[in-house]
Amino acid sequence: MAASLVEVHIRINGSSTTTEVEPRQLLVQHLREDHHLRGTHVGCDTSNCGACTVLLDGKAVKSCTVLAVQADGREVETVESLAAPDGTLNQLQEGFRFEHGLQCGFCTPGMLMACTSLLANNPDPSELEIRQSLEGNLCRCTGYEMIVRSVRWAAEHRAGREGEK
Amino acid sequence: MSVLGTSVRRIEDPRLLRGEGQYVDSLTDPLLDGSVRAHFVRSFLAHGQILGIDTSEALSMPGVTAVFTSADVDLVPAAPGGAGAPESMARPWLPAERVRFVGEPVAMVLAETSAQAADAAEMVFVDVDPLDPVVGIVAGLSDETLLFPAAGTNRNSRMDGGWDRFGPDRADDDSPLFEGCDLVVRRTIINQRLAGVSIEGRASAAVFLDGHLTQWISSQHAHGARSQIARAHGLSEEQLRVIVGDVGGGFGPKINPSPEDVLVGWAAGKVGRPVRWAETRSENLTSQSQGRAQLQHVAIGGTRDGRVLAFELDIRQDSGAYPLLGSSLPFFTRRMAGGPYDIERIRTRAESVVTNTVPIEAYRGAGRPEATAAIERAMDLFALEIDMDPAEVRRRNLIPAFDEPFKTDSGAVYDCGDFDSALRAVLAASDYEDWREKQRFRRENQWRRVLGVGVCTYVEITGSGPATEFARVVVTAGDDGSVTAELFTGASPHGQGLHTALAMIASETLGIPIGQIRVSHGDTSTVPSGGGTMGSRSLQMGGSAIRGAARDVLAMAKQAAAEELEAPIDDIEVCEDPPGLFRADTPERIVPWARILELASDAGLTESDTALPTLSVEDVYSTDGATYPFGAHVAVVEVDLDTGEVVLLKLFAGDDAGRILNPMLAEGQRHGGIAQGVSQALFESVLYDDQGNPITSTLADYAVPSAADLPDWDLVAMETPTPMNPLGAKGIGESGTIGSTPAVQSAVVDAVSHLGIDHMDMPLTSFRVWSALADPRSDISRKG
Repeated sequence: MAASLVEVHIRINGSSTTTEVEPRQLLVQHLREDHHLRGTHVGCDTSNCGACTVLLDGKAVKSCTVLAVQADGREVETVESLAAPDGTLNQLQEGFRFEHGLQCGFCTPGMLMACTSLLANNPDPSELEIRQSLEGNLCRCTGYEMIVRSVRWAAEHRAGREGEK
Repeated sequence: MSVLGTSVRRIEDPRLLRGEGQYVDSLTDPLLDGSVRAHFVRSFLAHGQILGIDTSEALSMPGVTAVFTSADVDLVPAAPGGAGAPESMARPWLPAERVRFVGEPVAMVLAETSAQAADAAEMVFVDVDPLDPVVGIVAGLSDETLLFPAAGTNRNSRMDGGWDRFGPDRADDDSPLFEGCDLVVRRTIINQRLAGVSIEGRASAAVFLDGHLTQWISSQHAHGARSQIARAHGLSEEQLRVIVGDVGGGFGPKINPSPEDVLVGWAAGKVGRPVRWAETRSENLTSQSQGRAQLQHVAIGGTRDGRVLAFELDIRQDSGAYPLLGSSLPFFTRRMAGGPYDIERIRTRAESVVTNTVPIEAYRGAGRPEATAAIERAMDLFALEIDMDPAEVRRRNLIPAFDEPFKTDSGAVYDCGDFDSALRAVLAASDYEDWREKQRFRRENQWRRVLGVGVCTYVEITGSGPATEFARVVVTAGDDGSVTAELFTGASPHGQGLHTALAMIASETLGIPIGQIRVSHGDTSTVPSGGGTMGSRSLQMGGSAIRGAARDVLAMAKQAAAEELEAPIDDIEVCEDPPGLFRADTPERIVPWARILELASDAGLTESDTALPTLSVEDVYSTDGATYPFGAHVAVVEVDLDTGEVVLLKLFAGDDAGRILNPMLAEGQRHGGIAQGVSQALFESVLYDDQGNPITSTLADYAVPSAADLPDWDLVAMETPTPMNPLGAKGIGESGTIGSTPAVQSAVVDAVSHLGIDHMDMPLTSFRVWSALADPRSDISRKG
């Protein structure tokens, strides 16, 4: 029953890692269990909720739908990579705080990573573009409008940090 | 300037935004080192006799520590959860004889890893002899198949099905209910079963050491969990510490600990190792308690000039497989039957019935949305029958503005309200007449995409009293002359932003900046009692309690500072910058908190066992009654007559929750509440097939809306402070859900009312609307 382990090399939040994993292990399990990166959450088992969204080589993926072995030789960024080492929030995180884009906070890490990917591809998205691009991330608390505003806030405050804290 | 009434940003946010939330499955507490993981084996049949459970193969699987069945469980049996339910209907921790719903846990596997536990659970063989499944309220009421033969019936509550009139002097009133009515309209309405779907499912972690159990649980009510878990174990409350950290959404189903949660603590004792459990979404959608699930018969009578004289509400509540909190939901529905209307005669009755489905408990609104949906549908049907605008019919029947308690004929005592102003404000904000004009235009010009406008006026119950709430406020001086405050609350927030709200209240009272205030909740070792967060109670109860304790601290501080300031206590005022006290006529001389605490220490007012001077006050706030938020919603929808597709174009919401402490937090509660209410109207429904198999057991099947499915909301501001608490605040957590559902449902029906359709049950999916359009007289909307 015990499958042989496979060595994977994944660059996670800027650090190189080498780990032996079960071939069936999901990337989200790998991040949470092997690297104790517990900010990436699991909210479903059918790839619907998006709470586990991370960046894989810069693109947003649901880490419950990627095997750890598929991430071998690639780069993963999680919510823990967003703030500065001293804990200072980045512009997107500030946007969520300023526009009340989170309540219970459980979907938030996935939302932030999906929005990071969105803003990287489209620095000035319209409300409709934001709503459509977040279709794969469910939030049960906010009703989404304040998340949309949070992303707009981040887009509008990209140049400087003049926004109110 | 007062901080109250301003949109202070949340103190909860930074760590949540950094991914540092302390959700149960993310905990790294060293006490949990060496944990085993739990996985539950669940029933695949809705109803059946258990012949045997073979655990031998599972026990030989890699990493498996233990497999438990009902034969192993030596917990104290639970009492039935419903009011007045027969003893024989008590839910077992694990069933020994019978399974009663698909998803019911029947065995528990512990293994070194989650994957090993899940693998081994596949190898537990449960031999079940199928029994006829009881699916749906009507099947349950027939008593043809009994879930609990010893009870002799599937009916399970003290409500005996008899008619009740609650109003004053009504006991001997046997005059016909509909006397004097020109017409009576009757209809059967389904308020469908919904799932809470907090994005974090249920989760627990537990460690048993030296006869003491420590349990972390994703819960809305740490102290309720403590008393229920302690009772199950036969432990005193001192032997049990419950810790509720961050909770990834509640919405009602996390009020009570589930059997799985209780078994996690029990298993930790059995195997002598910490145990952790987090359910999967499929488990969540097939075994966490659900909500709503009422079959309602309404009858409304009145005069042709639009006056409603009498209303009758007959409720059949699906309790699911075991009578829990849900079997009592009709209590609230009945009390709120008349809504915001001045109806002379109301009578209601209710029965609750067990069926082979997931047990019903609270879901956002819990009994009140069902009441609002019933009376609002009835008002619409009445309006249609007398050919009067639905907004106008409502205006002719609303209780006039009142600031003294108003008792309704269904037994509710509303604190204060101005329902007509709420409706007028929302009608004006929505350009109601303009939408009606557009609707007429499209109809006259034979558009295939028609418009519908729905109106809802509502009143609901929050902070249901009599009730109490605990608070402790601790002000401490640092070595460096700084001051900090720590607040302890018995409320149990899980996204509401209560830490921020409480910090605002304490800051306002004491002058200590919000950044120097810390809030703690949910740990029964530091908070002795608490009412948790449910029924929109946290701010009015928890906030009033913190306010009281903070004022007591201030009184002690003034007493301590009086001599130094050479001022009578009444002349001493609070300074915010720097935080301290001053004499009213000499504002330039401020005694900082650090000095006040020293003085208090000298005067023997401080706690002597702390290293730093500390003023600490505990307070238990109590209230006699509930508060009744109210409001009005208007929804505008577009319906495609060829496909049945519904698009929600606009939703205007006026929700009066008394005085608003933090507009941003209140807006967040309304937004999320409206989204869930809209979703009941348009998308969500827990469904079973005729064998009791759940067919909405994943998020691919159960339609939680995404950002792309919902529009922006138009919020209308209104504040009518309540005299029931010192904050003037009513609850805001559930109002949006209660007001939006009937408005949207009404709008969709309104869109097609010119085609002979006067009612469609929720959710109003394309298929349901298309089916009704295909044959307006068909009953297809009831079969989905």
